[in-house]
Amino acid sequence: MNIIVCAKQVVDVSEMKVDSKTKKPILQGVPQKISDIDKNAIEEAIKIKDKHGGKITVVTVGPSDAKERIKELLAMGADEGVLISSTDKYDYRIVSSLLAEAIKKIGEYDIVLCGEASIDMFSGQVGPRVAGLLNIPQITYAQNINAEKDKTVAMRNMGDKSVTTESSYPVLITVTKEINEPRLPSLMQILGAANKPINEWSAGSLTKELQPKVETIELKGIPMQRKNIVYKDDVDDSVKKLVDSLAKEGVLR
Amino acid sequence: MVLVFSDNKNLSLELLNKGSELAKELGKNVTAVIIGESDDGLAKEYISYGADKVFIAEVDIDSFEAEKYAGILEKVLKETGAEIVLIGSNKNGKDLASRLAGRLDAGCVIDCTNLYLKDKKLTVERVVYSGNAIAVEQFNSKPSIVTIPSKVFDPLKKDDKHSGDIVKKKFDVEKSASKVLKVQEMQTGDVNVEDAEIIVSCGRGFKSKDDIKLVSELAEVLKGKTVGCSRPIAADLKWLSEDHWIGLSGHKVKPKLYVAVGISGQIQHIAGMRDSSIIVAINKDPEALIFKSADYGIVGDLYEVLPKLTSMVKDKMG
Repeated sequence: MNIIVCAKQVVDVSEMKVDSKTKKPILQGVPQKISDIDKNAIEEAIKIKDKHGGKITVVTVGPSDAKERIKELLAMGADEGVLISSTDKYDYRIVSSLLAEAIKKIGEYDIVLCGEASIDMFSGQVGPRVAGLLNIPQITYAQNINAEKDKTVAMRNMGDKSVTTESSYPVLITVTKEINEPRLPSLMQILGAANKPINEWSAGSLTKELQPKVETIELKGIPMQRKNIVYKDDVDDSVKKLVDSLAKEGVLR
Repeated sequence: MVLVFSDNKNLSLELLNKGSELAKELGKNVTAVIIGESDDGLAKEYISYGADKVFIAEVDIDSFEAEKYAGILEKVLKETGAEIVLIGSNKNGKDLASRLAGRLDAGCVIDCTNLYLKDKKLTVERVVYSGNAIAVEQFNSKPSIVTIPSKVFDPLKKDDKHSGDIVKKKFDVEKSASKVLKVQEMQTGDVNVEDAEIIVSCGRGFKSKDDIKLVSELAEVLKGKTVGCSRPIAADLKWLSEDHWIGLSGHKVKPKLYVAVGISGQIQHIAGMRDSSIIVAINKDPEALIFKSADYGIVGDLYEVLPKLTSMVKDKMG
């Protein structure tokens, strides 16, 4: 079973600070990491490989320092990494096209695994978009995957419905955070990952030059004006003050 | 032309409002798409809510499959020459829009909370970085595919005098290597946090599933009756069904009063409730992030605070 996992390097949003004056996020100096749900995708790939054998290739579109992040995924259990060095301007169209071309170049694959969405943008567009480009079936929001030899069955969390979908290979699957608990690699595995290959492919070697179809023209802050009145003394006093405040706000009626 | 599609009727009606506004500005029409069995009643309803035309793609499909729906919508797009495609942003809609964008190599933005024309180009806004910022995105190509979550726009007022055409066309469904084996409704009850005016929510501060009754009791006396929760309670512990889950990947709510109990205030949760009119936080940790997003807060043990709060609210409301 040959599995390709698409992973994204993102800023660690939990470490992100907001400029108190402009309310805009400060992006400089925020640590980078692999988007959490992509680690669930790797974990699932390892489980499938444990069952059927095969090879796991991780593909990332990103700057050259993303190599360090790919090493973490190799330490977890992926066999090989591919880093597609990105141009400065990119949108979902460009990233998806580069991933699809890289997947075609890798050639033989049964399953493409992605996280349901990246934690920075949370669109969930890239997975199904790549499936559309490759013209293969898509199984999204998988909470449980049973990969058999010639087909896979997955239970998908579609919000108000749970949908069980079956597909032959090749198939693209996106997973949710609940599907598994990503492993922490041991020291031996971390050291061993240094010997696993990471290939760097330039965007230009995969496709003709692509222009974005959508451009981010501004990143605005979100003003959050709250009263921030906190009662922290005696519980009885606090509760009384809160109830009085809520009554004045007119919500107790 | 502006095309509107959702497999959810209410979402379609909301999209028709924005769709007809954009269409007017462009001097074009707005067309609603129905995929599946022909339904004149539904088509007429769409017209009374602003559609200039309803395109019924008659196909034989039992349940939603993004592969097949994308194939049909691709044909409808060719047929109608739509420039802007608005799709309802439930999970089906996001899957469909993204796949369609791949098939057409088109620009696509998911979960837009604002849409307008700027320099004659479709410009949209979406929340990014876990609710820390809004990205303003501009399309420089057609067709432009956008998904819009529920409750972002209200439907237009129903106007039975508004007229429109109904067009029907039969389509063959492409074969797909995947198939839906089973569709199961998630256990729901009557919870609808998105429409609730008062919500009391619980988080990891609760020690056991039984303790959630403390939250329902407060919700009950507040006459809100609606209980919400953060991700761990629904997704990991499964103490409540996902209908109660409020947050970035759960439901987005905007009640008059939101009470967060034992919720630390991770930005993912804030993203789901930040539009509430009044936010109250109860947490034993004075440093908890939730207080930064709250109008009123009590630092204290929820097991002590909640029963007292419930009883005092009960007295006050008489």
